Amino acid sequence: MIFYRRFEERAFEAYMEHKIGGFLHLYIGQEAVATGVLEMARPGHDWVITGYRDHIHAIKTGAPAREVMAELYGKETGSSRGRGGSMHIFDPTVHFMGGYALVGQPFPLAAGLALAAKYRKTDQIAICFLGDGANNQGTFHETMNMASLWKLPVLFVCENNLYAIGTRINRSTAVVDQYKRACAYDMPASQHDGMDIEVVMEAAKKAIDHVRGGHGPYFIEYLTYRLRGHSMSDKTAAYRSKEEEQQWAQRDPIRIYGDKLKSRGTLDDAGIKAIEQSVHDEIENDVVKFAEESPEPRVEDLNKYVLDDNPDPRWIGPLQNTYE
Amino acid sequence: MAELMYWEAIRRAHDEELAADPNVIVMGEDVGLVGGTYKATSGLYQKYGAERVIDTPISENSFTGIGIGAAMAGLRPIVEIMSINFALLALDVLINAAAKIRYMSGGRVQVPFVMRTPGGTAHQLAAQHSARLARLFMSTSGLRVVTPRSPLDAYGMLRSAVRCNDPVIFIEHERMYNLKEDVPDKEFFRPLEGAEIVRKGTDITLIGYNFSFHLCMQAAEKLAKDGISAEVIDLRSLKPLDRETIRRSVEKTHRVLVAEEDEASVGVGSEVMATVIEECFFALDAQPVRVYAADVPVPYAANLEKVAIPDVDDVYRGALKVMGRI
Repeated sequence: MIFYRRFEERAFEAYMEHKIGGFLHLYIGQEAVATGVLEMARPGHDWVITGYRDHIHAIKTGAPAREVMAELYGKETGSSRGRGGSMHIFDPTVHFMGGYALVGQPFPLAAGLALAAKYRKTDQIAICFLGDGANNQGTFHETMNMASLWKLPVLFVCENNLYAIGTRINRSTAVVDQYKRACAYDMPASQHDGMDIEVVMEAAKKAIDHVRGGHGPYFIEYLTYRLRGHSMSDKTAAYRSKEEEQQWAQRDPIRIYGDKLKSRGTLDDAGIKAIEQSVHDEIENDVVKFAEESPEPRVEDLNKYVLDDNPDPRWIGPLQNTYE
Repeated sequence: MAELMYWEAIRRAHDEELAADPNVIVMGEDVGLVGGTYKATSGLYQKYGAERVIDTPISENSFTGIGIGAAMAGLRPIVEIMSINFALLALDVLINAAAKIRYMSGGRVQVPFVMRTPGGTAHQLAAQHSARLARLFMSTSGLRVVTPRSPLDAYGMLRSAVRCNDPVIFIEHERMYNLKEDVPDKEFFRPLEGAEIVRKGTDITLIGYNFSFHLCMQAAEKLAKDGISAEVIDLRSLKPLDRETIRRSVEKTHRVLVAEEDEASVGVGSEVMATVIEECFFALDAQPVRVYAADVPVPYAANLEKVAIPDVDDVYRGALKVMGRI
């Protein structure tokens, strides 16, 4: 989690230096959810998909952090070869099937990945991370229905951070407890603290066992909070109070877990400092260095990847016209 | 060799692709137990089972998305959308996801996905079952858009579409399902790219696609009786568009007409005409003409429906205008 926190703080700095463009949605504050859930899954084996707040999900799934940073920099060595950017990190080599900027779109894609796993009788599951805001999209309801009806091996992980961009959940959503919405689709669901990684892991294990055991989908809700704004331009003051932010900052997942480890004698302040230093060094000397030094995509390759670059002429053509 | 109807040719292509590759699955409303609204999947559920021929709820955006997700995992889904109107509900996942995933993943994830759908005007189906929306998909990079005109074409192109690694929008037409043609028993593939010169001529080029191709062929016969030799091109693929075949034909005949059943505004015909102006303006001996549908939602009443869309006579008279005969 310390690595993920530093990765994103560093991305923030690079953004302020104009080395990263576009939108940048940081995960700071929510780290326990992706970290804890994926710790209990089989990264590289299971399918993982998420929305636009996707850097940490990609890295935890197994995408090299240096390639994710290079993608933010728009470099050819990036996870998506500089064509995707922050919101569209992909790494199919570890079955990380993308971040998507259309809120709610990953629901059916996740169910499709799960359908393929079920059809092929692998023991893979699909894990779909999305925020509470996504649950108001039609895709949520359509996909819940089909996933439950067809008993697809898909785990829906709702990261309820209370805000859909700048609209608080009680101003956008009739049923504030998101896990309750799954019962409309006869799907088991539960709600947990998303700031305590041990709670996250314990709940995730139960949910994953259920899904992998062939019992169909599961909906798990974690209560969490993004300590920063929705994106870089969002100062949060327009929609939430300093007091609320400070209260949640007390529940920073890194602090909670650090305090636990200290109270158990597993780690002390010096140990934490040492971890922070080694993370800092790795990010500067490997991750950022790689992103900074990598080449940009070649402009000659602008049209590459629109369609299959190497299609079979039998089914692609061109059609031979006997034209004189 | 057997004479097959268009829907039978599509059914046969499904059957053979399902048999050839376990990665192929079929999804859609009523495609399974019922066998498809236009019978294009009849009997396949009984033959291949509910796991491979999947009846979906009425949830176009999400079952299309499920097909796309399955394609990302390496399956080769064929998704039937009962009418192209309903594809509007799935536009997000088609245009924002299927069309872009290869590109925005830097070529690392591909989407070998086919969406089949009828897109035309027929039998008084009225505005919400008679949209002609080929232009929406034609304007989206990352998709292939094909309009097979005959049983032979439909069979060979569907087989190719299933094997293609790109998302393919396969647009059929309600008035073509009962067209008959001999289809060889042997398997074959028809390329998904390339316009085809189906009838050779020297005086004028008539360009159509989907059902409007047949209007062009019938108009060409009428024109022949007037001593006018019309060349007829079936576009077959709207994306990519075969501009080269259009250019070469117009450079030979020096006259051109484009016929379409779609509405004119920002449509297939406008794209073809822009190609003609850009690429062979100086080869033109006469003002080009477009024949297209009225800019109205398709009406229900039979007489209104008839005049809302072009018929053979509209194409014939349009061609005479190009020829300076009227």
